[in-house]
Amino acid sequence: MRLRKKTRERLFIASFLAGPLAVYLIFVIWPYVETFGYSLTEWSGVAPPSKVVGLKNYVDLFHDSIFLKALTHNMIILIVFPTVTIILAMFFAFMLNVGGRKGGIGGVRGIRGSAFFRIVFFFPQVLSVAIIVILFQAAYESNSVGLFNAVVIKLGLTDANHPWEFLNSPTFVLWCIMFILVWQWVGFYLVLFSAAMQQIPRDYYEAALLDGAGRTQTYFKVTMPLLWDSVQTAWVYLAVAAMDAFALVATLTPGSSFGGGPDEHGEVLATYLMRNFQVLGKAGYACAMGVVIFFITLILSLVVMRATRRERLEY
Amino acid sequence: MAADMTQTPPAAPPATAGKAGGKPGGGERSRRFGESGATLNVFGTGFMGVWAIMVLGPVLWVVLGAFKNSSELNGSAWSWPHHWSFDAFSRAWHTGISTYLKDTVIVLVFSVSLTMLFGAMAAYVLARFEFRGNRFIYYLFVSGVMLPVYLALVPLFFQVSKLHMLNTYQGLILVYVAFSMPFTVFFLHSFFRTLPSAVYEAALIDGASHTRAFFQVMLPMAKPGLISVGIFNILGQWNQYLLPVVLMQSQHGEAPHYMLSQGLVSLMVAQGYSGDFPALFAGMTIAMLPVMAVYLSFQRQVQAGLTAGTLK
Repeated sequence: MRLRKKTRERLFIASFLAGPLAVYLIFVIWPYVETFGYSLTEWSGVAPPSKVVGLKNYVDLFHDSIFLKALTHNMIILIVFPTVTIILAMFFAFMLNVGGRKGGIGGVRGIRGSAFFRIVFFFPQVLSVAIIVILFQAAYESNSVGLFNAVVIKLGLTDANHPWEFLNSPTFVLWCIMFILVWQWVGFYLVLFSAAMQQIPRDYYEAALLDGAGRTQTYFKVTMPLLWDSVQTAWVYLAVAAMDAFALVATLTPGSSFGGGPDEHGEVLATYLMRNFQVLGKAGYACAMGVVIFFITLILSLVVMRATRRERLEY
Repeated sequence: MAADMTQTPPAAPPATAGKAGGKPGGGERSRRFGESGATLNVFGTGFMGVWAIMVLGPVLWVVLGAFKNSSELNGSAWSWPHHWSFDAFSRAWHTGISTYLKDTVIVLVFSVSLTMLFGAMAAYVLARFEFRGNRFIYYLFVSGVMLPVYLALVPLFFQVSKLHMLNTYQGLILVYVAFSMPFTVFFLHSFFRTLPSAVYEAALIDGASHTRAFFQVMLPMAKPGLISVGIFNILGQWNQYLLPVVLMQSQHGEAPHYMLSQGLVSLMVAQGYSGDFPALFAGMTIAMLPVMAVYLSFQRQVQAGLTAGTLK
């Protein structure tokens, strides 16, 4: 079969895109477009949507005190969790890659035991969320035999008769969730940043060294600026993770269905959405909530992309 | 973190620096480099030690818990198992862990392979060919990263239901593949862009078809990228909890094909009633072992795969 070169190329492109696009459109894009449509209806989630109510769901949302509470909590998670995770991951990656004392090649290498730390820190990433949930449920146990309570009692911060109410405390429940999130994700970004750091040519470090730069200076003047790309990626992914947090809140915090903590003090948008879907029979309303979450995430990512735009360096 | 370190004043490089065969970074210079961060080092290493304990502590505590009996477990957090028996493990194994493991492995073998094949095909075409709609399709794929899974959950449930794929392996496999596309395409797209075209063009001139050039030239060259994104997909799909909970429920009374994560939580609920926490902890330990083995043996490849992204 002798086809024109251009035609052959077109056929190739089409044949390669067909499978991936089909699967993706059917199982991701379409349900998701439907979500937008359903958000304009009054729908219980059982029978097909009956009544189109326009933007009523959206108006109701912003008068809904629980929704606003959950939104505030997500905003707190959104600010605290990515920031802490990135700073920690950066610091660890720095220690592991260029934090060593006695120079290896060009005076740059990681601290002793780097390989061990790298393996350990990444470990939470390979645990399924279910395992993490069961693990922390046992650790946050609010009696004196829970692991964390055992630790604070040992440290003398409280006594055996007054164990801390980690997940039952209105003040701490959100921080407990955020701690797990950070615990879970730091390792992943540590590996990502490490990889980026190792791609930085050694001669840059040597040059900095020759110019008499100290370690801290080298870090802020050489390493950091060259890592912008990966930091950007990290921000976007962490923002998405922060808007989620569903599994943790739904299974760990006290609450009748999908958790939410004492008096919604641990409520996040995802759990409130699911409760509306599955328990309160307000699927249309939940879809509207989903759309709001989506736009928040989208705007955030665009802001991050714009704000961290830098000149790209090729090396 | 930005501790104000005493900065060493810039000094002229020692005259020996240019000496042939002189080890770079030997002696004086690297000493100075190290000095500027002595405090940082002590503090940093200490802090990393604390973090390592925070990661390993709960995990080890749970593994130990699998060997304790219920009264030891409820007595004190610091109790040590008196007699090391594997009773709890066999109880957990027979309450379903074995089945969950088998089902999970079946799904993952197919879903990860298909994710890699489809992701590589799409990313490759989008990265290296000019055609109308290229940018649009690329952004369509990548924008999926913004989409939290539970957002499309109910329409997705009906979609899978319409295709009669609820509680089937193939249904979950296709859904996993679809939801893994955004990250896979995003990652491999940037990877394929960095690959040199010389070898590929030579293959075309030698009369290879586009398809053949892709499978025999480009894919082997992209191996490091494929490995690292493959590992992330294995972990991601292994960790998936919400999708199987929604899609793998028993339909019309046949047995549900639980994924491991889902099975563990149902075990947690069951143990909550029976109070058999050692069995629950044993189940978790069993669930952690294969992942740990995979992780520890592929550890180096994850690093290598990520770092080999740029070809010098």
